[in-house]
Amino acid sequence: MKYSIEDLIKQINFLADGAGDIAIMEVCGTHTASIRKFGIMSILPENIKMVSGPGCPVCVTSQEDISAAVAIADREGVIFTCFGDMMRVPCDSTSLYSLFEKGRDVRLVTSPMDAKKIAQENPEKQVVYFGIGFETTAPHTAALVEEADKEKIKNLSVLNSHKTMPSAIKHLLQADSKISALLCPGHVASIIGADAFSFVPDILHLPAAVAGFDAYEILAAILRILDMIHSNKTQCINMYPKAVTKNGNRKALELLYQVMEPDDALWRGLGNIPESGLKFREYYEEFDARYRFEIPKNKASDANGCVCAHILRGKKIPTQCIHFGKDCTPDNPVGPCMVSAEGSCAAYYRYRE
Amino acid sequence: MCLAVPGKITDINGTDAKVDYNGVSKYASLRLVEKAAIGDIVLVHAGFIIEILDKDDGEELQKLIDETMRLIK
Repeated sequence: MKYSIEDLIKQINFLADGAGDIAIMEVCGTHTASIRKFGIMSILPENIKMVSGPGCPVCVTSQEDISAAVAIADREGVIFTCFGDMMRVPCDSTSLYSLFEKGRDVRLVTSPMDAKKIAQENPEKQVVYFGIGFETTAPHTAALVEEADKEKIKNLSVLNSHKTMPSAIKHLLQADSKISALLCPGHVASIIGADAFSFVPDILHLPAAVAGFDAYEILAAILRILDMIHSNKTQCINMYPKAVTKNGNRKALELLYQVMEPDDALWRGLGNIPESGLKFREYYEEFDARYRFEIPKNKASDANGCVCAHILRGKKIPTQCIHFGKDCTPDNPVGPCMVSAEGSCAAYYRYRE
Repeated sequence: MCLAVPGKITDINGTDAKVDYNGVSKYASLRLVEKAAIGDIVLVHAGFIIEILDKDDGEELQKLIDETMRLIK
């Protein structure tokens, strides 16, 4: 490797010197966790701040969707499947995990395809998969539904809470002038392509860099952002070329948009954002758990004093919450940002100084 | 959630590939990639291969960093 990590840090310091305050927002939960894990904040000069945006899928899932999940999982004859992080998100006095403890059939899966297998093995039960995540994960749910349709699996449905990144970023950053640049999510970009983030320079007039996930890759992207700011250039540069192409993964996108189409979506902390979600196309509607089950309209309230919603907009940091590290810890979370390992609160708590 | 783990394809069985992660092997779906072959280094996310990694061993990234080094010292 031509440049060592020390070379990158040296050049970051050189470019940051005299540049004023620069706030770079990362919008990927895996970036948030990596930035804390590798101590990137402590490496960066004082005038360069990393701000976490709405990049943790568990955290941005609305309380309405969590309430719907709990209502479905609490029904007789249902096997409810979800990723592990989702299990412990509080929903008033309950959670998917507490339903499991109570004897409901709630199962952790590591791939949506696990839900298909469970459905095939349990034809007398209704199997529901909780689809959360951004463009990185949504094609997987599309594959699940497309296969379930082809194989005529009638006892499988999806509670679809998938979201898409570009509209949410646009919505958030158009309203916030304090963010200087965007660190684009590498694995979302591997699906949608680096060019999908060209709206950041073109419309928001901010520099952007697509970043990988190890310390070297993250620092290289930050360096590239500082270089753009220094030379007054506003572009989106792909700094994760080994995994990201200009146009993304065509096959994954084709499958995704064969099964789903853009729709408005409700984000925790950000509210309803037009065209920032995905719903099943009419042909696949029978796989939508919202059609299959009657879901009560009431939603659980957010925990009193929890500032997750502000954290997701980059307006507060976890240590500004009254619950943080006291009654809210990863073992006993009050809000979703402490539940997921990718949530800002969990990352702050785990790698606290 | 968007965590993806790199591994090496050691076998292909229909629409699934056996992926080796430094000694631990697990099958992942090939449904989201155009063409993958034994020996490819791939990124796996939630049971699916989402990308075949570039074999340039980081050269392109070094070139991109190069462009930021013109102003040093």
